[in-house]
Formats: sequence, structure tokens, C-alpha cells
Amino acid sequence: MKLDTSGLQTTAPMFGPRMEALEGFAAAPSFEIPNSSDFDGFQKDAIQMVKPAKGTTTLAFIFKEGVMVAADSRASMGGYISSQSVKKIIEINPYMLGTMAGGAADCQFWHRNLGVKCRRHELANKRRISVAGASKLLANILYSYRGMGLSVGTMIAGWDETGPGLYYVDSEGGRLKGTRFSVGSGSPYAYGVLDNGYRYDLSVEEAAELARRAIYHATFRDGASGGVASVYYVGPNGWKKLSGDDVGELHYNYYPVTPTTVDQEMTEVTAA
Amino acid sequence: MTKQQANWSPYDNNGGSCVAIAGADYCVIAADTRLSTGYNILTRDYSKICKLADKAVMASSGFQADVKALQKVLSARHLTYQHQHNKQMSCPAMAQLLSNTLYFKRFFPYYAFNVLGGLDSEGKGCVFTYDAVGSYERVGYSAQGSGSTLITPFLDNQLKSPSPLLLPAQDSSTPLSEAEAIDLVKTVFASATERDIYTGDKLEIVVLNADGLRREYMDLRKD
Repeated sequence: MKLDTSGLQTTAPMFGPRMEALEGFAAAPSFEIPNSSDFDGFQKDAIQMVKPAKGTTTLAFIFKEGVMVAADSRASMGGYISSQSVKKIIEINPYMLGTMAGGAADCQFWHRNLGVKCRRHELANKRRISVAGASKLLANILYSYRGMGLSVGTMIAGWDETGPGLYYVDSEGGRLKGTRFSVGSGSPYAYGVLDNGYRYDLSVEEAAELARRAIYHATFRDGASGGVASVYYVGPNGWKKLSGDDVGELHYNYYPVTPTTVDQEMTEVTAA
Repeated sequence: MTKQQANWSPYDNNGGSCVAIAGADYCVIAADTRLSTGYNILTRDYSKICKLADKAVMASSGFQADVKALQKVLSARHLTYQHQHNKQMSCPAMAQLLSNTLYFKRFFPYYAFNVLGGLDSEGKGCVFTYDAVGSYERVGYSAQGSGSTLITPFLDNQLKSPSPLLLPAQDSSTPLSEAEAIDLVKTVFASATERDIYTGDKLEIVVLNADGLRREYMDLRKD
């Protein structure tokens, strides 16, 4: 099997003749493949052993002022919560964000790789890459690894010369342009809130509140989502983190504790 | 080379637990020294802690052969880094190198669960925690390995360090003093040893602070 590792190559060797001594270390990196006749079976067993973090709610939508991106922060392995502080919104560059659903390492690594590619595009072309272009770079890489067990469900959100941009990209090779997406096990719940409250002419504050509420309600109904609801806004001047709230505390915003009216007070009965 | 048969199983789990706690100006990295396979204890005195740079220490559990291979790769990479840059690698740099090193074996993973502890460029304690294929995050404290499911809830309960994702941002390093952190690590391992058969024998604690690196040991149950 031949793997496309061109995505990992650095352009020029850093210094002159020093490569021989560093054979195996400084050479362009490539992915090692197990020497097994049953690659699929090995992958299945290996993935079983390393137990990738699963279970997520992420969403993003385009509105009048730009793009709103939000996510929870839980990682679980079966019934065990392995982390409550995963950064599922990945900062690719000051104008572009990616979201993380599926394999944490797959998303983190390929978004980091995408950040490098975007920067190199900037240096070569003296202008920032479009969201369409960046998402296509990622989609093409993921497509080249199709069937090898990568697990990525991501949204690329950003602001380019054409305005706000939003794409959904996954490890099956799909790439969709859209104005409203939600990805992960909590997405049905998030879509319910999002579709119900969405309007194009939302203000930034209203959009942030909608995103936060959608994540909160997803964490409320989906056991595999939880932790902190982070909300990012991407506008003409790049992204900004608007809020990060523990959903345990958000609960009291959406379900305030109201003191129950007392119909009858207990009174001391005077001894007859 | 001929392809391996379908029943090929290249991994073993040698157990062990690792803990790291970051403080304002120190970092504590600890691991037990038991090495097992199944119900069999292979040795009671195997160090799971590896000093990768002056301010970066890694503790790893999982499969000893993969851990050793990983340590050798990182040490060699750090040596070339020193020759090229004439300085020690910072802990956050080592953290990303470890992430990439793990991911480059995405399709044939290192069966190693790591925590990296150290001091950042400001001298603050930092802890990075990983999965086997290289996803990582900076946290205030972390536990990995066979006893992690016993240790993590205990640390959550005792430390309650605020999530690094909260806005307004709060300092996610632990509020403990260095001595308190060492005491906590000792109790945490004594407790894990009571209920995890893969944790025990001896506890190795590495303390990193402005004065440098210090090692401490404490005996654990040997049954």
C-alpha cells in the first residue's frame, strides 16, 4: 500500500549536508504500516486498544454579522469520562476555525497540518487562503486516506475575501458548503434548538446566545456531551472567543430555581 | 518480507500508573515502578519516568517495549535539536514533538499512555496529557495508565482546578504548595495500590522547580 505523505513534507532541507547522520529522524516523515496480511483487522484491534475519545456536540452557522461556532468539551471512552476540558474548536489561524468531532488525534493533527498549509499559501501568494480552498485542502487529504480508519467530522469556518465561509468536511471524503451545520452525537438536539431559533439577521449577541443554548440543550440530553460550552465568533477582523461556560452552571440560567410559594406555614400549636 | 498471520498480536499491557501536577512555580511528576504482564509481576523496580530535557519530564505506562522505543526517539530528536539550536527544548515544544511522534505511528500506534510535565518559558508548571495516537491538551493535573480511573476522580475532588476553556479565563494550575502536591501524590498512589493490581511496589516522584530537578521515592504495598 502506498500512502500519500506529500502533505507532510517540508519544502527545503534546513541546512546543507547533514541529512545522512540523521537518517530516520530528519527525513520527511511517513506513516508506518503494520506488516500484517489483515490490515483492517489490525486497525480494528489497535483502535480498540487505544480507545479514541468519542461523543461530541459541535455547531456552526452563518448569519448577517459572520459565523458563530460553538462546541462542548467532553471526551468519553465508553461510560468513562476521560476529559472534561477538550479544546474542540481548533484555532487554525486568526481568521479560521475548525471543529473537532470523531478521533481527537486525527482532528488535532490534520488541523495543525492545515494551519501550516494555510500559512505557506499566505507566504507564496501574499494573501490569505479562502475558506473554500482551505477546506478543500483538508478534504483532499482525508479522501486520500479513505478506508484507512481515520475518523474526522469537522466544520471549517472563517472569513475570507468573499465574506463568511462555512464548510463541513468528513473522513469519508465529504465536503459540503452550507450556512448551518451541527456534528456529533449531540447534533440532533443541537439542530432542534438551532433550527428553531435561527434567523439570518441575528445580532452577534443573539447568535452567541442561540449557539450557547443549542450546545447546552445537547449536553442536557446527550450523555456523551458535556463540560464547558465554548462560543467563538468569526467576523471581518478574525475570530474572537465570546464565552466559555460550565454547562453545570448554565443549567441555572435556563432552569432558574424559583422559590416555591408556601401555601400554609407550620405553626406552633399551643398546648391545650 | 512475508506478511504476518491474522493472529499476530504485537502488543502487551505492562500496566502502571502515572500522575503529574502543575503548580504556580513547580511541577510534580510521579509513577509507580511495578512492571507486570497479566497476573505476573516482571519486576518491582522499573522506572517509568524519563527526563527528556532540562524542563520536560515524561511518565509513560502501557507497553514497555513501545514506551522504550518512544523514549529513544524523543531523546534522539532532542539531541539533534540541541545541536541545531544550541539550547534545551522547552516543555511546550517537547509536548508538540511528542504529539507528532505519536501521530506518525497512527496506523501502528505506540501502545503508550503518557503525561508530560515540566516548566514553561515563564517558569510556571505545565502538564500535557496524551492519548496513544497523539491528541494532547494542557491541563493543571492528569493521571494516566491502569490506575487512572481510580486516581482522576480523586484528584478532581481534591483540586477542582478551573477548566482552561472558561471565559473569563482562570488559572488552571493547582493552588497547592509544592509540599502539599507531593503529599497528595503519595496518598493518591497509596490509595490506587489498594485497588489496582498493576500499581504498587514503589513510587518514584520527580519534582521540577527553579532550583532544578529532584527525585523522591516512597514504598508502596508489594502484594
